[in-house]
Formats: sequence, structure tokens, C-alpha cells
Amino acid sequence: MTQSAPMIEVTNLDKFYGSFHALKDIDLTVHQGEKVVICGPSGSGKSTLIRCFNGLEWHNSGRLVIDGIEVYEGAKEIRDLRQEVGMVFQQFNLFPHLTVLENLTIGPMKVRKISQAQAEETARNYLERVHIPEQADKYPAQLSGGQQQRVAIARSLCMETRIMLFDEPTSALDPEMINEVLDVMVELADTGMTMVVVTHEMGFARKVADTMVFMEDGRIVEISPPEQFFTNPSSERCRLFLDQILEH
Amino acid sequence: MDVSRMPGVRGAPLPKPPAIQRFFDSVPVSVAIYVIVVGLIVYGSFTGAQNMGYNWQWYRIPQYLYSFTDDGFQWGEIMIGLVATLQLSVIAFALATALGLLVALLRLSGLIVGSAVAVGFLELIRNIPLLVLLYLFYYVLGPIFGFDRYTASVLTLAVFHAALISEILRAGINAVPRGQWEAAKSIGMTQFQTYRYIVLPQSVRFMLPPMTGEVVHLIKSSAIVSVIAVAELTTIGRNIISDTYMSFEIWFTVAAVYMAVTLILSAGVSYLERRYSVDQ
Repeated sequence: MTQSAPMIEVTNLDKFYGSFHALKDIDLTVHQGEKVVICGPSGSGKSTLIRCFNGLEWHNSGRLVIDGIEVYEGAKEIRDLRQEVGMVFQQFNLFPHLTVLENLTIGPMKVRKISQAQAEETARNYLERVHIPEQADKYPAQLSGGQQQRVAIARSLCMETRIMLFDEPTSALDPEMINEVLDVMVELADTGMTMVVVTHEMGFARKVADTMVFMEDGRIVEISPPEQFFTNPSSERCRLFLDQILEH
Repeated sequence: MDVSRMPGVRGAPLPKPPAIQRFFDSVPVSVAIYVIVVGLIVYGSFTGAQNMGYNWQWYRIPQYLYSFTDDGFQWGEIMIGLVATLQLSVIAFALATALGLLVALLRLSGLIVGSAVAVGFLELIRNIPLLVLLYLFYYVLGPIFGFDRYTASVLTLAVFHAALISEILRAGINAVPRGQWEAAKSIGMTQFQTYRYIVLPQSVRFMLPPMTGEVVHLIKSSAIVSVIAVAELTTIGRNIISDTYMSFEIWFTVAAVYMAVTLILSAGVSYLERRYSVDQ
């Protein structure tokens, strides 16, 4: 991979919930077009970390710069940043009172002030890319979990995002629907999107990741390229974790 | 309908409930018991009225509901009173909802001053009887700020119900899952846009049933403004009685009119609820 401009720069970042030390001295750099997969046991701070990347959580100390924008609580540019950084949630979080098409157009129309016609054209375009153009006029509750998650991905893409964050995007899905979502994510990776993915889908990680990150207990324990990560991880704890999830 | 005899059902039939339970659960018996109980109550009150020598004059009631004169059909005094009640209620409800939303948003704002103001307002209003609140507005605030009895009644009802409505709105807003806020935030929406396009439209579903109860409550509590002689349904009922001494008939009629209005309202809203629950 060519080393292009850094999109996400994290230096000495710490986060507390009250007295609980959720993220400890995190250092991480994600370059443009890089695909980073973060894994680790639950409660290790993976979700908290990527939720800091679009201001859903705020860090308490250290530095976080995303695409040249300094992120901190109360920063004026935070709404501009959120438009650039898309987020896909474990629970989809589609807007249940809006149709699929409206879910996709409401952001561009209300936030970016784009005309309805143009927003709908973009939306249909992205629905095509996630392979569900025929579901445009349905409500989220009428779709399967896999379809809902693909709509959620399209919703983020409609904001013309430059970075996509995925917070365990397949954890709430029935097994037979996981692949349809992962396929869309692989296709997205092929377009050169910068992606940070929290997941335990190691098959996906092997396929797309440029960098693997292993977290435990609020710390980054290991950062390595996937070849090394899966065959010869430097930390014992990471090896144990991989053994556990790769057993079957 | 014996399920075990239906085609495709092969299991042994379940034991039947005891005979006495089947007797009381059967439709004709239940209806008969209901009719007897209601009949006894009605009979009791009418014979009671008879024994005190009450002179029933139901035939004089329709003229207060409607009449046909040379000018054609005309609404009677009670119906004019009803319109006044509805008008008062609609204005008060609109004000109460606006004020209630403001209080709810203040409370949810996370600002210490905001929630202190909201909680102060809530506790103040909730702990004063409606009648005393009305006297405060009419006899104290009225002269100070120079508003008349109608304004005093509207404001009393609005302020009193704003407190109750704000709690309904707050509960409805809180019932929207946190993920919805996060999703709206993550596509760059402002706080206002999130409320306007994402949260409030979804909370309507949670608010509709308790809000209906609140409208019904408001229409009923609007009767209290008759103590400061604002012309509405109850006041007009009282005026007719002081002219005619038909207190039993008029109060029965006024009660029936209130009931008819609130029942129609509840039925209308449950129809709406069923319609809007379909596409969720």
C-alpha cells in the first residue's frame, strides 16, 4: 500500500467514564484509503474508540485529528466532520418512520441542503450499489436485517463520506445474512474508501484489511499487517484471542 | 366450536371448565346480569326522585338543544355553550402543548438552569389545586396584568395542562431509542433537526394515547371556569336551572353532552392510532 496522507491521527488519547479508564494512551494513524480492522474481547474499548472518531464520544486527553480537523468536545467543525465520517451501527439505527429512500435523502437534503431530485438520484444510485434498488419505497421494518444494514451503509455513503466507520456491523445479524453485508463492505473497500471496522469476522479481515489492530482492556496491544497478525502475532494475548475465535 | 373435531387436529380434547364458570361466562347470562344491575340503579334513582316529589319535565329539554323557529333550524343554548367550551378547550390545549413542549425541552436540555426552571414550574403547578390556580389568575394576576375573565380561564387551563403535557412529551421523547439520536448526529444533523425530523415524528406514536386522555381531561376541567362566570357549557346549564328549576334534567343533559364529546374524541383517536400503526 502506498503511504498517502494521514486521515485519522490519534496521539496519546485517553478516555474516562467517571473513574473507569476506558481508553488508555491510544496511538493510531490511519492513512487515506487504508482499511483498518479492530478486534478484541468485549469491553476492550473498540467501539468507544471509533465512536470518538465522529464525536459520539469525547476523549478526555490526548489529540485526535481527522482529515485535518482537530476533534474535541464543543469544536465548531464537528458537524462538518460528521458529514465526512460515516458511521454504521450494530443495531442499524435506521429511521423507522421514513421509507428507505427518505432515510437516504433526509441527510443530504436537510444537512447538505441538496435538492430533493438530486438527493433521490444519489440515493437510488447508492441503493443500486448495495444491491437493493427495488426496496426504495418500503419501510425499514419490512426489510430483513441484512437489507437494513445495507440501507444503513447506503445512508452513510449518501453524505459523500470520505471515511467509513463500522461498529460491529454484522453482530446483530442472522448468520445467513452476514455475507450479503460483508460483500457490500468488500466492494466498498475496493473503491478506495478509508475504512475502520470493528468486527470479529476474520475472513473479511483477511480479505480487506491493510492493518489489524488488537485491543484489550482499553489499550492497543498489537498493530500489524494481516499476514503477520494471523500467523505470528507478537503478543501472547492476541494469539489466545485468535485461537478462541478461529477455533471453529 | 370443538377444536378437537376439526380436521387435522388429532390431540385429545382438553377438560372443560366447571359448569358454574361456563354458566356465568356465557353471553346471554352476562348481558342479563348487566341489564339487571343497570336497571336497578336507574330504577332506584327515579323512584328516589319520585318519592321526593320531583316533577320531571324532560319534554322541556329539547328546546335547549335545538329548535325550529320561523327562521328555520337553530341550535339551543346548551349547544351554544358546548361550542364555547370546545373553543375554550382548543385555545387552551394549543397553548398548553406549546408551553408543555418548551418545558419538556428545557428539562431535557441538560442545562442546569433549564431543568431547574422546568422542575420549578412543574412542582408549582402540580401542587396547586386547579380551582386555586383559577382564583390566582382571575383575582390576582388578572388585575395586575389587566386581563379579563376569559383570558384568565384560558391561561389557567393552559398552564395547568402544560405541566401535565410536558411530562407526556418528555416520556414520549425519552421513549425514542438512543440509537436514533446517534444516527441523526452521525449524518451531521443539528439538535433542532434531530428533534424536528427524527425524534418528534417518532414520539407522536408514544404520545397519542396519553395526549388523548389529556384532551378529555382538559375538556372536563374547563367546566371549572363556570365559577368565574365564563359563558360555557356548565355556566349555561347553571343559568338555565336558575330560570327553570329543572336541575335534574339539565345536569343529566349537560353530563351526557360532555360524555358524548369525549367519547367521540377517544373513538376518533383510537381510529387514528390503528391507521398510523400500520406502516411502522
